[in-house]
Amino acid sequence: MDLVRKWVQALFFLVTNGYWNFPLTRGIYQGPLKVICSPGLNCYSCPAATSYCPLGALQQLLGGIRLAIENGQFYVGFYVIGAMGAIGSFVGRMVCGWACPFGLFQELLHKIPSPKFGIWRPLRYMKYLILLFMVILLPLFAVDAFGLGSPWFCKYLCPAGTLEAGFPMLILQPSLRANLGLLFYNKVFFLVFFLAWAVLASRPFCRTACPLGAFYALFSKIKLVKLRLDPEKCTHCKACHSVCPMGVHFNESPEDMECISCLACSKACNFNAITLEIGGVAVTNQRPCRPEKAFPQHQ
Amino acid sequence: MTPKKKKSRTQKIRIAPFVAIFIFLVCGAIGISLGEPSRVLEQARQVCLSCIGIG
Repeated sequence: MDLVRKWVQALFFLVTNGYWNFPLTRGIYQGPLKVICSPGLNCYSCPAATSYCPLGALQQLLGGIRLAIENGQFYVGFYVIGAMGAIGSFVGRMVCGWACPFGLFQELLHKIPSPKFGIWRPLRYMKYLILLFMVILLPLFAVDAFGLGSPWFCKYLCPAGTLEAGFPMLILQPSLRANLGLLFYNKVFFLVFFLAWAVLASRPFCRTACPLGAFYALFSKIKLVKLRLDPEKCTHCKACHSVCPMGVHFNESPEDMECISCLACSKACNFNAITLEIGGVAVTNQRPCRPEKAFPQHQ
Repeated sequence: MTPKKKKSRTQKIRIAPFVAIFIFLVCGAIGISLGEPSRVLEQARQVCLSCIGIG
């Protein structure tokens, strides 16, 4: 299943970054597909990006809301929030596990041999603060003399933007290098920080700082596609604890907001206690129980 | 509880996700009627220099 997931992640990476003509044009894709929402964190200033980043678009809309309304245009983010909410209601954070290019990149980095560490659980709440302040409130209320807000998350924190758009654009358009300053070095610091952390811990950006993951996490209880625990089959052997890339203890909190539905726990469970369901109906095949793998007999 | 009843309980179709999806699709449709996609497209077609830490 993990191999299938990797292929799906690679497919989404290629679909959302499918403009391979950029070395010739030295610019970004400007076609009509950019009206489509990218489900995962994928900077729309990336030269290969073929869809828009919902976080970037939302911050831009909120930042320009005053000017838009003054001009009689009620661009308040319905279109972007509608797309994000529909995706969240459908699969929630399954996007993080199956369709986010930056999530895939962190997973690959985590395969580098090194000592591995956990992540202090309270840090998970930081991403909700980032969503509230850097994506919504600051772009909306911290405005300049012209009434324009800034995309705070993209401007000061987003490591995906630096990796996918910042460096490629500096290579493609050398004239931009004259504009490098503290802002860019600050972003490079966060990129290096999260990439180094991803080698040592599993998906640190997703778990602590991603506001898109925080938004999708709000749908963990009502999303259409989710994992389900059968408490009668669960033996609390804790096999699901060690395999979870997000540090979820699935048998203790089956609707955990951190769950990215990667199915690692379902595969690890020898008692078929964890199944994938769509709208309440189980869809994964029931494998024969393998209690002997969970409790091997001593030779 | 009989096995049949038990199965029907566990296989009960959840309505909440469909309601949520519908609400957000309506929200998106309102955005389309207001012309937001053209604004989003306009933004996405430009390199946002401040977004990538250059401007």
